[in-house]
Amino acid sequence: MYSHSSESLIQQAREIQEPELQKFYSRLVKLLQGKELGHETVDSLQRLYLILSATKYTRMLPSDLQKRLRSLLLSQSEQLQVLSAAVLRETLPLSGQEPNYNQENPAQLNSHATALLISQAVTRTDLSFFCAQLLRCLEGRPSESPAHSLLYILPVLNTILTHNPKCLTEDHVTLVSKKLVDWLRYASIVQGGGASSGRFFTGPRSRQPLPIAELDGTVSGDFFTVLCVGQGFTEDQWMNVYSFSMLRHWLLTYHSVSNGNTTVDAANRLQLSLSLSLSFSNDDRSEVDGSVVSMVSATSSSSRVLPPKERLREKAFQYCQRLIEQSNRKAHKKTDTELQKACLVEAVYILDCVCVEDASLVYRTFPSIKALFGRLSSDLLYARVLLPIAQFCLNHGELAAVDCDSMWKLVFGRFPAELFSDPFLAHELLRFLRLNLENIQLRVSQYTHFFPNLLKFLAWDSPAVVDDFVDLLPSLVTPGTTVELLHTLLDLPCLSATLVLQLRSACLPISEPGSRSLACLDAFRHSSSRGLFLFLLRGEAGSGDTIERLDDLHKLLAEAADWPRVIHCAQTVPVLLHIFFNTVVMVADETLLAHLILVMLERSSLLFNIPTYIKEIHRVFSCHLLRLCKLHPSLIMYQSHELLEFAGTTANVYTKEELYTHVVWVLGEYLSVSCDSRCSVRLITSCFEALEAVLFEITSSAPPPGATCPAPRAINALMSALAKLASRSHDLIPRVSLFLSKLRTLTRGRSVPWCSDEEDLVAIVTRGEELWSLLKTPSIAQSVLTPPPHVITPQSHRDNNVAMPLGLRTLSILAQSQRH
Amino acid sequence: MVRCFLIHTVCPVSALSAGESRVLYSRVFGPDEESERTPEERRLLQKEKIAAVARQVRSAVSLTREASGRVLVELVPGDEALALQDADSGVVRLRAGDPFSEEMSVLWLGVQSLGFTMVCEPHENLLLAEGTLRNLTRHCLEHLHMLGQGSEVLLRSTRIDVLLSRLLPHGQLLFLNHRFAQTLEKDVAAYMAM
Repeated sequence: MYSHSSESLIQQAREIQEPELQKFYSRLVKLLQGKELGHETVDSLQRLYLILSATKYTRMLPSDLQKRLRSLLLSQSEQLQVLSAAVLRETLPLSGQEPNYNQENPAQLNSHATALLISQAVTRTDLSFFCAQLLRCLEGRPSESPAHSLLYILPVLNTILTHNPKCLTEDHVTLVSKKLVDWLRYASIVQGGGASSGRFFTGPRSRQPLPIAELDGTVSGDFFTVLCVGQGFTEDQWMNVYSFSMLRHWLLTYHSVSNGNTTVDAANRLQLSLSLSLSFSNDDRSEVDGSVVSMVSATSSSSRVLPPKERLREKAFQYCQRLIEQSNRKAHKKTDTELQKACLVEAVYILDCVCVEDASLVYRTFPSIKALFGRLSSDLLYARVLLPIAQFCLNHGELAAVDCDSMWKLVFGRFPAELFSDPFLAHELLRFLRLNLENIQLRVSQYTHFFPNLLKFLAWDSPAVVDDFVDLLPSLVTPGTTVELLHTLLDLPCLSATLVLQLRSACLPISEPGSRSLACLDAFRHSSSRGLFLFLLRGEAGSGDTIERLDDLHKLLAEAADWPRVIHCAQTVPVLLHIFFNTVVMVADETLLAHLILVMLERSSLLFNIPTYIKEIHRVFSCHLLRLCKLHPSLIMYQSHELLEFAGTTANVYTKEELYTHVVWVLGEYLSVSCDSRCSVRLITSCFEALEAVLFEITSSAPPPGATCPAPRAINALMSALAKLASRSHDLIPRVSLFLSKLRTLTRGRSVPWCSDEEDLVAIVTRGEELWSLLKTPSIAQSVLTPPPHVITPQSHRDNNVAMPLGLRTLSILAQSQRH
Repeated sequence: MVRCFLIHTVCPVSALSAGESRVLYSRVFGPDEESERTPEERRLLQKEKIAAVARQVRSAVSLTREASGRVLVELVPGDEALALQDADSGVVRLRAGDPFSEEMSVLWLGVQSLGFTMVCEPHENLLLAEGTLRNLTRHCLEHLHMLGQGSEVLLRSTRIDVLLSRLLPHGQLLFLNHRFAQTLEKDVAAYMAM
């Protein structure tokens, strides 16, 4: 598809030299001077476009060429219009030649020239002027302006107001609202003629006009909408399509409810709407005279008395109700079925929008929304349509006193469990959660319980949705779910593998003769191990933090460790763990934090074996163990038994070096009476003995086969911890000093089996000597090794005596510098 | 509204480094966000934003293809329908400020070595956007013979401009049933025949 020729064309365009370019420009000017602009001109213009667009640096065109191109914008040939607009878009207007937005007459411009004009608009006033001109066109009689120009006015307006809603004045907004009402509600209900030539408008009526039809072929019985078909279409039917296409954006821009609305205000509006809805007179008609009895409009309120904005709201409401009704029909074509879905989504969003504006509409809307939900809730193909309905329930469910429980079961239960592999649903559902998080946390009490289901999106396609989970994860961390959540996050790669197996299991037959079947797939289907997988696939929290046979599960999934999907997932887990721990410190109490330390220690040897995954997780654990203990030093006491056991296991030095080092460090630092009064001499002594034993063992023999020598950091940490503990219980000092002096003698001039690098050995011995000399003065040793907090935190600026000279010095420097 | 539509490479290109993508066609709709800069700076910034989007999509496409483990089958002109059916698709979320001033949803279709990408504003109807993107891609593949070795996407870029002016005028997504779509497509076909 992307060939060498394309690549070389681009390279040529980027590298064209200035002299050659100037020659090209002059040749082009000559060509453009000719009467007939044939293929050579078109090809040259196309080449010019390529040259200009291939580089991000702007090339300026000579003024005569620019002028000629500008005149081509209004050419009769669309090809020349498009080419000149494309070229001019890639360069800059000549200074002094910038378009004057007050003078451009949109009626004479085609769509391409207009697009160029808009892209070159610099200031808001430019766009305001242009808007004013556009709307003047709109106001004029249809016969005055060339008919085709009207069609693109709405998209142009829409694109302008995206960036600059203030471009339209109140009067403009009123004018457009009126026009939108006409096109949406009173478009022609007969088919346009001239279908064969592809023209847009009615020709002279040569035969009896046929009525428009619905998508299933039946004759339409109500007003025209985007879901109506005919052989050809009239102009106002086209405008109906364009109007509906921009309706939601228009309503969001100009009909947004200000936050200052009080309940009194809303009640007044409710009264007004209710009294109006009691009158059942027919809607007034505009120019088009049709006498078809409309089903939706007959039950609506009289809109004669409403101001334009409110009238538009009412018509939008009717239009959407009709679309919902029309979507029930079985369309003949697949593309139309897809359009019906898109229309449902749009209709529900618009209804949500108008109901936010006018609360009285909720009562009129809810029955059809509820019916729609009933119709679609069991069909997973309509899952994406149910999300706007969920939004509606969230916004207005309370007002209508509706129980949205079945809705949430669907959104948090069935959708993630069965549709986790649909990237569009994942994106929209997670977006819905992100935008409504506060509301959901308030109204949907079971939200946090569904985290196992929600994490399925992440396990399946981590790169695509990890960003969303960075935002959502904090909301899932609650005291009730913390421990289970930690376990689930650690096993996310296993969930990833299990989801793959689940899908494969559904696609593949039970036994494929002659083919290699995955061992893990067999395990997935086998009754003895199925329970393990089913735990991972659970939808809700609360049935247990983790499983006993986790080790077995990891072994069964071993061949999945190199699946790309699993690897991608494993790469995101450390990031999420950081977010998890950062959130946990804010919501958990000390008991829970202590439990988390226990989980970290336990899981450090119980992780799915993906290369680098285990190391990364240990690094995260180490970082947060440190943080937690720093914040709550007494946590050491809560888990002293487990921490001691971990620190006393020599094997941990070799297999979990990073974590081991940190555990030893926190023990040395925080196991003291000043951190927690429960700390006893006996505890300090037993910790000392455990660490001493490990240090002896690792410095007396070579590492076990397969393991590397322990890093100097680990050994230093052990020595420092022993020294710190000894400084708190002076009886232990002789034992440490003895070891340290022995260390010095043993290593002098000799190589040792437990340290391969000479420099490392020197570092270790140096540290040992420092500690040894420090311990000779026990009273100072404690203050040096574990300085009290007020020494570590810099406070000199707060102390009156110290701050004064500093302050004076600063002032005199400032005063002196001013004089110069 | 759709902010921009682009066609770019999602395969390795020898002249570029690993994660980079060559943009073959790009079209930005609407006025520029930045009004405080010189026109030259604005154009430069716009090109860089588009390049940033292309890079993100390139990365998303390769990760998705890696994860699904599917092997790309070489297709020839005539297989357009199959190419579309087999295409990878997805959505990328761009945070506000990176690179557009507000959050965007980027829909993409990966057809063989090229990506067709549409940057949509947050409140856009993504179902409609997806359908429109597929339709646009199908037309591009057919009218520009993109499954072959030619370079029409570069030399006949105006065809894409015309296609966009009918199906996505000024970035507006349209609710087109099959009859409306047929009328517009006939119009486009008439232009292509010239």
